[in-house]
Amino acid sequence: MNILIQLTYLASAILFIVGIKKLNRTQEARQGNTFSAVAMLLAVLATLVQVQLLTLPEILICVVLGGAIGIYWSRKVEMTQMPEMVAIFNGFGGAASLFVALSDYWTRAVEQPEQTTEIVTIVSILLSVLIGGVTFTGSLTAYGKLSGKVSGQAIVFKGQHLFNLILLLAIIACGAVVVLETGSVTAMLVLAAIALVLGILVVIPIGGADMPVVISLLNSYSGMAACTTGFVLNNSVLIVTGALVGASGIILTQIMCKAMNRSLVSVLLGGFGATSGGGPAGPAGSEMVIKEVGVEEAAMIFDSASSVIVVPGYGMAVAQAQHVVREMMDILEKKGVNVRFAIHPVAGRMPGHMNVLLAESNVPYDKLIEMELINDDFANTDVVLVVGANDVVNPAARTNPASPIYGMPILNADKARTVIVSKRSMAAGYAGIENELFGYENCLMLFGDAKSTLTKMVSELKEM
Amino acid sequence: MTIENFIFLLYILVLASYVGFELISKVPPTLHTPLMSASNAISGITIVGAILCVREGEASKYLGMIALVLATINVVGGYAVTDRMLQMFKKKKA
Repeated sequence: MNILIQLTYLASAILFIVGIKKLNRTQEARQGNTFSAVAMLLAVLATLVQVQLLTLPEILICVVLGGAIGIYWSRKVEMTQMPEMVAIFNGFGGAASLFVALSDYWTRAVEQPEQTTEIVTIVSILLSVLIGGVTFTGSLTAYGKLSGKVSGQAIVFKGQHLFNLILLLAIIACGAVVVLETGSVTAMLVLAAIALVLGILVVIPIGGADMPVVISLLNSYSGMAACTTGFVLNNSVLIVTGALVGASGIILTQIMCKAMNRSLVSVLLGGFGATSGGGPAGPAGSEMVIKEVGVEEAAMIFDSASSVIVVPGYGMAVAQAQHVVREMMDILEKKGVNVRFAIHPVAGRMPGHMNVLLAESNVPYDKLIEMELINDDFANTDVVLVVGANDVVNPAARTNPASPIYGMPILNADKARTVIVSKRSMAAGYAGIENELFGYENCLMLFGDAKSTLTKMVSELKEM
Repeated sequence: MTIENFIFLLYILVLASYVGFELISKVPPTLHTPLMSASNAISGITIVGAILCVREGEASKYLGMIALVLATINVVGGYAVTDRMLQMFKKKKA
């Protein structure tokens, strides 16, 4: 029996790996997800046969309850809310690791103190509690920021880093007490409480547009938490899968940091956008002269173009403009215009955010081009439409060494013959930096809510 | 857990991390959100630990039950929402 259980765990681990491998190809990704769900089911079944019959009803109740909540949320969530959804699920994963570790600890410390517990197990429990706790409240804070329930701005206070450091030292002290004396429940609970507070404190100083980095990192943490839980329970399937998730989160974190030309440390220390204020504006400064364009005129420009590149940003998600953007694409394509989308790696609030939104509105994914592959094409493009993006098309990143975003890889939208920017107002991007692009010769501003202006544009285009 | 056992698990951790890095660095940016949501669901593997924790006991059992509910939400919700996303990714309009 035991051999069978172990072999099932092995099969599950293999299926997880194959499932993730299939996520490499868009055509096979959905199948890959199914593989990985089957792997999870196998692991759960192999575990269920190990439990006492007495507790089976309770287990089933918990599973049905959790499953129902999970299904309900996953059905009702809007695609624009995906970042929040991932954040909150991630938080639950972290919390689960926290509670598993606490439960195991409770058995060892309170209910069966006569059992001897090795030091590696205790340390694993401590790490599970710490990482699980930080993941839990950190993810909830990220959820709050993404859903607008907490200010998306970076929240900083004096002595923040020092305070975090003190908390970390307190955690180490509590950990040491627990290691020396396994039965020390108070120290463990204090440690858990501090971990929860720390989770909030490490995420609040991070501004809205740095969220892709934070979500990726928290994702990685939840994997690590599962890993340490594996060490607590001496279970290799937890370690394998936890490691896969941990690695995935770290890779995404690296990609996001690179795309913003920032180090992970500088993102984590936070405060970007809150402290830099306006920053030294480019040579154009506040005297920047901008040119406005009306819907009709803009429609005419699109009508006479032969190639168009759309640059979507978080603003498109906020305005829910992805469907009307697709309508516009359809009309332009019927007129023989070549329409493509240029996706900056950090556009939106999580990695790949724009791709999901546009896929939802039925834009074929081969129309969505990565930054490196499309950047050289801007120069041969008639019109670029910027919808709700700002910093990712700011030429200051290339030209102005004084700019806070200098060095960040950007989309070369400014190289196109005409750039039309759909924007609500002249407000600066999240980085609080003026966008030099708006003052360029070839740039026209199309003010107003992206959804309503583009809807008008679509009806204009239909009549042409 | 003996020290040999611990070293063995450490081997698993290192090798699995390596496999993870190799596999995931090839995922195209288009699929980054589904990847994240899928790996998020996978991290719900703690569900296995949670099930093992719901056994005879007092506080430990209730802690295990809380963990189980949370982990199940993570797993089921994560996979369902990933599937919903992935079915939208189409190549060309029919």
